[in-house]
Formats: sequence, C-alpha cells, structure tokens
Amino acid sequence: MTGRSAVLQGAREAAGVPAAVLLAGYIGFGALAAGHGLPLGAIVVSTVAVWALPAQLILVEMHTVGAPFAITVLAAMLSSARFLPMTLTLVPMMRHARHRGWHYLVAAQLLSLTGWAMAMARFPDIEPARRLPWFFGFTLVCVVASAAATAIGYAVADAITPQVKIGLVFLAPVYYLLILLGSVRDRATAYALGCGAVAGPVAFVYAPEWGVLIAGLGGGTLAYLLLPRRAS
Amino acid sequence: MNSLMALVIACALATYVWRALGAAISGRVRAEGPLFTWLGCVAYAMLAGLVARIVIMPLGTLEATALWQRLGAAAIALVVYFLLTRKNLFVGVLTGGVAIVGLYLL
Repeated sequence: MTGRSAVLQGAREAAGVPAAVLLAGYIGFGALAAGHGLPLGAIVVSTVAVWALPAQLILVEMHTVGAPFAITVLAAMLSSARFLPMTLTLVPMMRHARHRGWHYLVAAQLLSLTGWAMAMARFPDIEPARRLPWFFGFTLVCVVASAAATAIGYAVADAITPQVKIGLVFLAPVYYLLILLGSVRDRATAYALGCGAVAGPVAFVYAPEWGVLIAGLGGGTLAYLLLPRRAS
Repeated sequence: MNSLMALVIACALATYVWRALGAAISGRVRAEGPLFTWLGCVAYAMLAGLVARIVIMPLGTLEATALWQRLGAAAIALVVYFLLTRKNLFVGVLTGGVAIVGLYLL
C-alpha cells in the first residue's frame, strides 16, 4: 500500500465524468471572458489560483462593468464562503498521523465543489491513510483539466463562428442554473435562490457596479429572515 | 501587472481565507448554526442573482440573442437535466449550449 497508488487511483476517478463536467463549465468561462475582451493570462491564472468558478464569474462580470476593486473582492469572498463548511467537514476525514499540517492547507486550496462531493461519497470506502493522497490525485486532475479548458474556451471563442460562440458563452450560466436548482434540498437554499434571482437583475438596473454584492447580501439576508425560526 | 491580474490574485487570497480557516479549525468547530445558514443564503443568492442577470440582461456575446431565446434554451436545458436524464449535468449543460444556438438560428 503506497501513497502513490492512492494518488493514481484518485486521478483515474477524476478523469471521467467529473473532468467532463468541469470541461464544459470552464470552456464556457473561457469563452465568456474572451467575449468580454479580457487577457488570456489572467483568466487562466484565475482558474488555478481562485479555483472557484462562481467567484471567477463574479470577478469577470464585475470587472467588465467597472466595479470598484474592493467591492469585487468582497463579492468574490462572500461567494466563496461555502469553502468554510466544506473544509470543516472534509479535512477531519483526511487527517492521519503520517501527514503534515501544511498538507491540509494545500488540500484546502485544491478543494472545489466537485472534489468535495466526490470525496464525501468515496472516503467511507477508502482507508484513512490513503484519503489525502487520493484527494490530491483527484483534485490535481480537476485543476489541470479546468485550466486547459479555460484556455481552450478562450482560444476557440475567437476562432469559431458567432453562432457557435453564443453556444459556448451560454454554457457557464446554464451550468450554474442546473447546479443551483439541482442542489435545492432545504428551505434555506430554495428561498436564497428565489430572492437572489429577483434581487440580481433589479440591483443591476439601479447599481450595475454593486449589483452582485447587493443581490447577495440583500437577497440572502431576506431569505434568511423568511426562514421559520427554530426553537432553541 | 495589469489591474485584472491584481484583482485575480486578490480574489484568490480572499477565497483562500475560507479554505485555510476551515482547515485550521476543523475538528474543533462544527459547520452549523445561524451564521453558517446566513452565509449559505448570501452565497446562493449572490450566484443566483448573477445567473439571472446574465440570462435576462447579458453583456457581450449573448447580447446578440433575444430574451425569449435565452429563457427558452434555459428551459430546454432544465427539462433535459431534471426530467429526461435524471440530473446528468454534462448532458444538461451541453443541451443548453446547443439549444441557444438552435433558437438563435430559427
């Protein structure tokens, strides 16, 4: 039993449907960024360094409408708050005496929704010492495939007919439309999606530069207040 | 370094704050309570707001399409994803891309 075999096993499991879904999302993101006339380098770096498509979508859209720097960073940060509960639940399952502390900090950077969901499902069947190397293998394939897809989407967006480009650019919003509606399992999510979907376009009309942040804070807080209070 | 690259790095650091915090305090703090519920609501509402805005009032390439074409393509993708393929995300997303082109060419 070696860590290397666990890395390879994780990599193999990523190189299939998980990578294909990411390819569709990031090809769309690359095409969208190209459509806004943004430079390729920063767009590919955003996939590797930010590694959170919602935050990337927010930063690209807000940058395009000329939103202030700090407001954009704040919106991206709030959109990424989901990583806190994700690492809180996942890292304890990967802990083992053989790993060093900084390994978990690297794993936290490689974490994405895809990696988290797959790891939560697979870890019960993987012995604890092999989970972290499995996770490295899985997520590295995801990051590399997504970075390549970003560049491919960006490159082909300018080389293809305008009609096909429309299809590619539409992939990113559809990707999130499906993921968001497919993730509705409780009242909080349903209310937040409903309030946000209304608040987003309305806030954009009145304050394009602040719209994303206002929709998130306003719509999200409204959804939270609409939730029935639990007796505690 | 251009302003977009600086923005990318800043957003990466802002995102990493949550990741590192979660890794550091994991095992001692549980992911529940009102604060986590509120943060989840804000994150979902922000993304839903952005997606709704892109579909209803897009910038750039999608401005060439009509609202009914974007709504129609989104509806077709939803039907394929939820009703026809039992939540096959890859097929659903691809359908949306093909559908918007098809409706645009009508």
